[in-house]
Amino acid sequence: MKTEDMIKEITRISGGNPAKCMKCGKCSGACPAYDEMDYHPHQFVNMVLDGRIEELAGSKGIWNCLSCFACLERCPRSVEPARIIEAVRVVTLRKAGANHLKPDDIPARLDDDIPQQAITSAMRKYAK
Amino acid sequence: MQRIGVFVCWCGSNIAATVDVEAVADALSKEPGVVFATNYQYMCSKSGQDMIREKIKELGLTGVVICSCSPRMHEATFRKTCESAGLNPYMVEIANIREQVSWVHKDKAVGTEKAIILGRAAIAKVQLNTPLIAGQTPVTKRALVIGGGIAGIQTALDIADAGFPVDIVEKNPTIGGKMAQLDKTFPTLDCAACILTPKMVDAGQNENIRILSYSEIEDVKGYIGNFDVKIRRKARYVDEEKCTGCGTCMEKCPMKKVPNEFNMGLDNRTAIYIPFAQAVPKVATIDANYCLKLNTGKCGICSKVCLADAVDYEQKDEILEEKYGAIVVATGFNPISLEKFDEFAYSQSPDVVSSLEFERLMNAAGPTGGTLLRPSDKTHPHTIVFVQCVGSRCDASAEKGKEYCSKICCMYTAKHAMLTREKYPDTEVYVFYIDVRTPGKGFDEFYRRAVEQYNVHYIKGMVGKVVPEGGKLKVQASDLLDNRQIHIDADMVVLAAAIEPDKSARPLATKLTASMDTNDFFTEAHPKLRPVESPTAGIFLSGTCQGPKDIPETVAQAGAAASKVISLLVKDNLVGNPCVAKPDELMCNGCSSCEKVCPYGAITYEDKPFRGPNRTTLIRRVAVVNPAVCQGCGACTVACPSGAMDLLGFSNRQIMAEVDAICK
Ligand SMILES: Cc1cc2nc3c(=O)[nH]c(=O)nc-3n(C[C@H](O)[C@H](O)[C@H](O)COP(=O)(O)OP(=O)(O)OC[C@H]3O[C@@H](n4cnc5c(N)ncnc54)[C@H](O)[C@@H]3O)c2cc1C
Ligand code: SF4
Ligand code: SF4
Ligand code: SF4
Ligand code: SF4
Repeated sequence: MKTEDMIKEITRISGGNPAKCMKCGKCSGACPAYDEMDYHPHQFVNMVLDGRIEELAGSKGIWNCLSCFACLERCPRSVEPARIIEAVRVVTLRKAGANHLKPDDIPARLDDDIPQQAITSAMRKYAK
Repeated sequence: MQRIGVFVCWCGSNIAATVDVEAVADALSKEPGVVFATNYQYMCSKSGQDMIREKIKELGLTGVVICSCSPRMHEATFRKTCESAGLNPYMVEIANIREQVSWVHKDKAVGTEKAIILGRAAIAKVQLNTPLIAGQTPVTKRALVIGGGIAGIQTALDIADAGFPVDIVEKNPTIGGKMAQLDKTFPTLDCAACILTPKMVDAGQNENIRILSYSEIEDVKGYIGNFDVKIRRKARYVDEEKCTGCGTCMEKCPMKKVPNEFNMGLDNRTAIYIPFAQAVPKVATIDANYCLKLNTGKCGICSKVCLADAVDYEQKDEILEEKYGAIVVATGFNPISLEKFDEFAYSQSPDVVSSLEFERLMNAAGPTGGTLLRPSDKTHPHTIVFVQCVGSRCDASAEKGKEYCSKICCMYTAKHAMLTREKYPDTEVYVFYIDVRTPGKGFDEFYRRAVEQYNVHYIKGMVGKVVPEGGKLKVQASDLLDNRQIHIDADMVVLAAAIEPDKSARPLATKLTASMDTNDFFTEAHPKLRPVESPTAGIFLSGTCQGPKDIPETVAQAGAAASKVISLLVKDNLVGNPCVAKPDELMCNGCSSCEKVCPYGAITYEDKPFRGPNRTTLIRRVAVVNPAVCQGCGACTVACPSGAMDLLGFSNRQIMAEVDAICK
C-alpha cells in the first residue's frame, strides 16, 4: 500500500483524525503506560501523520498501550490517539493473521464496564 | 425612454488588456436608449469625470452607465460626478468589467463578450431607474455605553471629553470590571488599581458622564441617531443620593458569610457591601439573596446604624426611559467555568486555582493581604505549576472548551511566574505550554525575562492529570522536548482558563439586533476596515466583548469606538440610504412574513382605511417600513408571498430586466 493510502486507512479505521493534533502532548501527559513505551501517544499520532506507519507497527510500544482511553478522554482536539494506535495494531495483526480469539467468542466476554475497543485489543494481544 | 450615456474605462491596462474596450463601446452604442458611448483610459481621473459632466449637459443625458471597476470602488465617485452636473445620483449604474471580467478571464474574445453583456444589463436597469432622494433624520446628541470595565470607562471619558453627555450602564454595583481585580499588569508591571482608579474617579466626577450602576438594559427600540432605551435600575435598597460610603453598615451586618465575588469567592463579605475600597460609585448595596431583613423580616441593623438614613428596604426596581444617538457595547469577558476540567482536580482541591483567583491571592487588597498562601492551609507554596491553554484551542467537536486562543493567558502566566519568583525566590515555578504566543510590543522580551532572569522552568508539554494526595498535588505531565513524562509534587496548580464573553451578551445582542459569532463575541461591520462598528448602524463595539484583548488593545479600541460615536453625534442630521424597502399597500395582505425576516426591526404594521366598492371604506392591515431603520438588505422582498415588497433602486422589475438582458 502507498504511504498516503496507509495514512487514510489508519485514519478511517480509527475514526479519529491525526491532522487535528496541535502537538500539545496532553495525551502523553495523561498516559499511565508512558514509561513502558518506546514511542509515546503524541508520537503515535505524529508518526501516522508523517507516514512512518511501518516503523510504528514494528515498535514494542504499541503493544504496551492499555487501551485505557485516558489520552482520548483528555485530548483537546478530538484526535483520539487511543483509537489511532488501535487502528495501527489492527492493521498489523490483520496482515499477520494473528487473532488470538475467534470473533464469535467476543459477545460472551463483553462487559459494560470495559470499553469494547479494549476487549477487541485484548483478543488480539493477550487471549490464547 | 431614457437618454443614456455609456462610458467604458480602460483602467490603464487593467481592463484594456483583456477587454476590447473599443468594441464594447461600439456594441453598447447600439442598445436602445443609448445616445452616446465612448471609452477612455481612466474614467475616474479628473479629465474622465469632466468628460462625463460635459456629456450630461451637452446631450441632456437622463441616465449614465459606467463600465469600470467594482461599484465598491468608485460608485460613490461617479454618483457625485453626475450629481454635480445636475443628474440624480441614482440614475448612474456601474457595470463591473474589471473584477468580474478582466481580472478573471484570460481570453480577450471571452472577456469582451462578457463585458458587453454586463454593459447591456446595466443599460436595461437604467431604463427603469427613477431619481431617488435620501431622507434626513435628526440625531439625539447623547451616547449610551453598556458595561463599565476599562473599555466602557475609556469610551465614555473620550466621548465626554468631546462635550457629549454619556450614560454608563453597569450591571454590577461598581464600575471597574476585571481590571479592578488584577494585581500588576503586563508588560510594564504597573499596579492595575494605580492606573485604573484615577480613571474610575474621573468618570464618576465628569459632568458629562452619568453612571447607572447596578442597572441593566431592559429594551431597545429605534435606530441610529434615535434609540429609545429602557434601563432597569435594580433595587439596591440603599439611596444612592444619601449614602456616603462610610461602610458602618458593613461592619455591623451580622450576615457575614456571603461569598465575595470581587475576591473570586476566596473569602466572604457581608450582605450589605461596597465591593472594594475604590468602588465608583462608592455606595452600599444590599444583596437581596442573603439579607436577613429582606428574607426573614428580622434584623434591620444597617438601617439603624446608618447615619445618613440611606437604607431603604422598600426600594423597588425602577425603569428609566432614555433617548440616545449612539450605543457602545462594552460588556467584556469572564474566565470559563473549570467544572468540566477535573483532570486538573479544580473542584477537588482548593489549591488548584484559576489565574484570576491567583491575581487576588497576590493582591494587597485580596483575601490574604497580598501574601501568597495556599487556600487550603494558608502556608507558603514552594512549588507552583502553571498550566496554559486550559479550555482554549479545543476542537469544535470536543465536549468542552473553546476553539479560539484566548490571547492574554501566555502573557499573564509569564507575569504570574515572574512576580512569584521575584517575591518568593525560594519557590520553584513550572509553566507548561503548547506554544508561547507573545506577539505584542515588548511582549516576547517580557516572557524571555521570566525564563532568563527569573529562572522560570518553561516546559513544552501539557499536564495530563493532577491528583491531590497527602497535602500535595501530584502533577503528571509530558515534557516533549526531553521526550519523557515527568512527575512533580506541587503545592499549587494555576490554570490559565480560557475567556468567554459575558453570558448576558447574547440576550443583549438580540435586543440591539447586533450580530454575534458562534462564540458569542460581537461581530464587527468589517473585520479589517470597520473593526469598532457593529453591522447594525449606530451600535459600536469596545473591548473584549468583540474578541480576546489585553488592556492596551482594549483601550485603543475604546478610543476608536469613541471617535466613531463622536463623528456621529456632531452631525445634526443623518442622510439616509434611499435604497430602502417599500411595500405596495394595495398588494400587501398584512401577513407579517416580512417583519419576521427583517434583521433590523424596520417593519411594523398599520391598520389603514382603503376605498372599497360603492363608496365603502375597508380597514386593512398593511406593512410600513421605517426608512431610517431599513438597511436595504432586501430580505423582506424575497419573503413577501404576495410580491408587495420592493427595494427602491433594486426593484424586482429592475433586476428582472438585468437578467433578461444577460440571457438575451
Ligand atoms: C487573570 C487575568 C490577568 C490579566 N492580566 C492582564 C495584564 O497583566 N495586562 C493586560 O493588559 N491585560 C490583562 N488581562 C486582560 C484584561 O483583564 C482585559 O483586557 C480587560 O479587563 C478587558 O476590559 P473590558 O472592559 O473589555 O472587559 P471587563 O473588564 O470584563 O468589563 C466589562 C464590564 O461590563 C459589565 N457588563 C457585562 N455585561 C453587562 C451587561 N449586560 N449590562 C451591563 N454591564 C455589563 C461587567 O460587569 C464589567 O464591569 C488579564 C485578564 C485575566 C483574566
Ligand atoms: S490508551 Fe494507550 S496510549 Fe492512550 S493513555 Fe491509555 S495506555 Fe496510553
Ligand atoms: S492530546 Fe491530542 S492534540 Fe495533544 S498531542 Fe495528543 S493527540 Fe495531539
Ligand atoms: S438588614 Fe440585611 S444587610 Fe442590613 S445588617 Fe441586616 S442582614 Fe445585613
Ligand atoms: S494565549 Fe497562550 S495560553 Fe492562552 S490560549 Fe493562546 S496559546 Fe494558550
